[in-house]
Amino acid sequence: MPHKTFLAFILPSIIAMVLFIALPIISVAVQSLYVEHDKVLVTVENCQPLGGCTTETVVDSEATAKLKAVAPLGEFNGLGTYFNHAHLAIDEVAEIVSDNTGFADIVARLYNLPFYRALSFTLAYCFIVTPLAMLLGFLIALAINMVPRLLKGPVIFFSLLPMIITPLIGSLILYWMISAEGILGVGLKWLFSDPTLSLKSSLPLTWITLIIYGIWTNAPFSFVVFYAGLQTVPGDTMESAMIDGASRWERIRYVVMPHLRPLATFVALVQLMDNFRVFEPIVGLSAQANATSLSFAIFNDLRNQNAQQYGSAATTSMLTIIGVIILLMPVLIRTWREYHQKS
Amino acid sequence: MKHILGAGVSVAALMLTATVAFADCGAPAGSVRILSNDFNALKVVATAAAECASDTVTVTANQTTEHKNIQGPALTANPAEYTVAMVANNSIVPLMNDGLIRSLDDLVAKYGQELQPNQLIKIDGKVMAIAFMGNGQHLIYRKDILEKAGVAAPQSYDDVLAAAKAIKDAGLMEYPLAASVKPGWDLAAEFVNDYLATGADFFEPGTATLTINNENGKKVLALMQAEIAYMDPATYLTFDATEIQKQYEAGKVAIINEWGSIAGAILDGKDSAEGVAENTVIAGAPTFAGGTIPAAALWWDGFTIAKNISDADAEASFVAMLHGISPDVVKANPDAATWLVKGFEPGPAAVGVIANATNGARAYPMNPYIGLLHTALSAELADFVAGKEDADKALADTEAAYNTAAKEAGFLK
Repeated sequence: MPHKTFLAFILPSIIAMVLFIALPIISVAVQSLYVEHDKVLVTVENCQPLGGCTTETVVDSEATAKLKAVAPLGEFNGLGTYFNHAHLAIDEVAEIVSDNTGFADIVARLYNLPFYRALSFTLAYCFIVTPLAMLLGFLIALAINMVPRLLKGPVIFFSLLPMIITPLIGSLILYWMISAEGILGVGLKWLFSDPTLSLKSSLPLTWITLIIYGIWTNAPFSFVVFYAGLQTVPGDTMESAMIDGASRWERIRYVVMPHLRPLATFVALVQLMDNFRVFEPIVGLSAQANATSLSFAIFNDLRNQNAQQYGSAATTSMLTIIGVIILLMPVLIRTWREYHQKS
Repeated sequence: MKHILGAGVSVAALMLTATVAFADCGAPAGSVRILSNDFNALKVVATAAAECASDTVTVTANQTTEHKNIQGPALTANPAEYTVAMVANNSIVPLMNDGLIRSLDDLVAKYGQELQPNQLIKIDGKVMAIAFMGNGQHLIYRKDILEKAGVAAPQSYDDVLAAAKAIKDAGLMEYPLAASVKPGWDLAAEFVNDYLATGADFFEPGTATLTINNENGKKVLALMQAEIAYMDPATYLTFDATEIQKQYEAGKVAIINEWGSIAGAILDGKDSAEGVAENTVIAGAPTFAGGTIPAAALWWDGFTIAKNISDADAEASFVAMLHGISPDVVKANPDAATWLVKGFEPGPAAVGVIANATNGARAYPMNPYIGLLHTALSAELADFVAGKEDADKALADTEAAYNTAAKEAGFLK
């Protein structure tokens, strides 16, 4: 294809990407460097029904508006927001590193900082859910490949259900099922003969619930891709493997799996990105007491009581983007190498 | 197609209260556009205000639980999207901070003869909002269970804990208490209620410096811990206002700390187990730590008028809203709320809020940074109520989170 045609072909996409991806990211990056102006405070007499009159501090809105008009972005704070208590917390981390009573103490104190707490669940979720969901998806795909043609349609439909249900709704349904009166909650109490068992109040159980939910909801995507891949496994290779006396396991291990490898890389890439921004199940399962994620932290900043903390939310967003890049680095490097080996 | 169209029209009619004239309420020509939270008492007010619609007055209302998130941007626009924003102690603050609402002094002088003095929310001497209902949390308990356990009506939190112990020891209930301690907004509100009862302030006067990391803060957390010991360990972390209402109505708990606006629903006996509603007593919030202040914040709901609208629209909006909260409307809906309007005779559901007020409960603070503290408490007390952290650590974490947020918002250096 001549360069000119290629350019004309791809130009609309480039424009769209700049408009809808690059510019918003730049705007968020700029936002993360600013905090709000100093508020001008005044003390005034304040009267409310029932409570009577008290002196109360209020913001002098006119004076503050003047400050805002001069510099609408706010006050430049550099990387200050990145390093504060709610994000990377470098002061606190330095203190923990210099003065601690051992590894367990370091972990416990780091976990007490909001950003690291969110990061630890996010990473745990990412690295446990992604491989297990891929494995489950692969097993479903293998199983369905064996099902008689007549049954395939309905079985595929049921396997895709978790993907069809909106994550928030799915997690809410699970939340009610595992509540103390729900069918799963009662079932588990009976199974372990422990009347006080609650999936909601213990940290490990909450994490396990979220992770199982994640595997359930992520497996269909792997399944669809792997199932499509299975249809392209060359028939003659399989046949010759069979003639050579390879068992079913050996055929899967040495023919099917190498064939699906590029697909697995693709699925891993998409799933890692997806799982890094885990959010809905935390809201749906009301799990914020035991598990928060980076996306949840952003949500929390923007759904504040009175005022949105744009700077803080923007900073967490930037840290999330950096996290995704670091996470995908090995996969990207490998894809790049494979591409260069071929060409 | 016709059906779809019909459904669409009726949905639109529901969302935008119909602009059909019922009665002329004397509103001058203009446009009235109401934004409010979505609960029964506010619906009563908005529906009544819509009666002011005429050939020259249009009335529309958007009633949504998302009101807090849209009020700022909607009133910043010029002309503002809404002429009336219904607010409470906490949601008026961001509107004040950004100067988005107007002083109502002249409108009150012209039209407000029926208003009671305590309905006028005055900030810096200027009327900024007209309150029409009060709310707050207070005790709701089962007198039959308390009688069986042989305890008198609880007045203080010590009484509440003693009653809980007696109920448990008598084998009547394993976990007799429930309060909204679900991590999030509810948990923070519970802390604020109890802290107000200590008589101390949250901030150093005139500044945004936090002053809760002290003996008073620890006393509050100790109380919460003592209460939690009498709550069902399997479920207490999911206790918000609606959940404890359900627990109480199902007859599983004997004493709850519940909102006045829910008291009516408990008294009506719908969805309740047998014997719950008829044995229910509504009482004021208990006192705490030997003090005399009820452990409950007083809340009010009221209306404000946007700044960025024409004076004609402001006038029409004010008159329509006064019609919405007129004594006739209140008389027709006595159980919808604890009205602050002239001529309101409190029914059984309003007893708790009124007891709080007469016993000297303090109002939920209206300063500009209490919202940041509320958010910090929502998240940082979670580990404490889950029993994973001690009080010192929880208060230190709250302070650190608050300071970070207050610096970002420009309140602290």
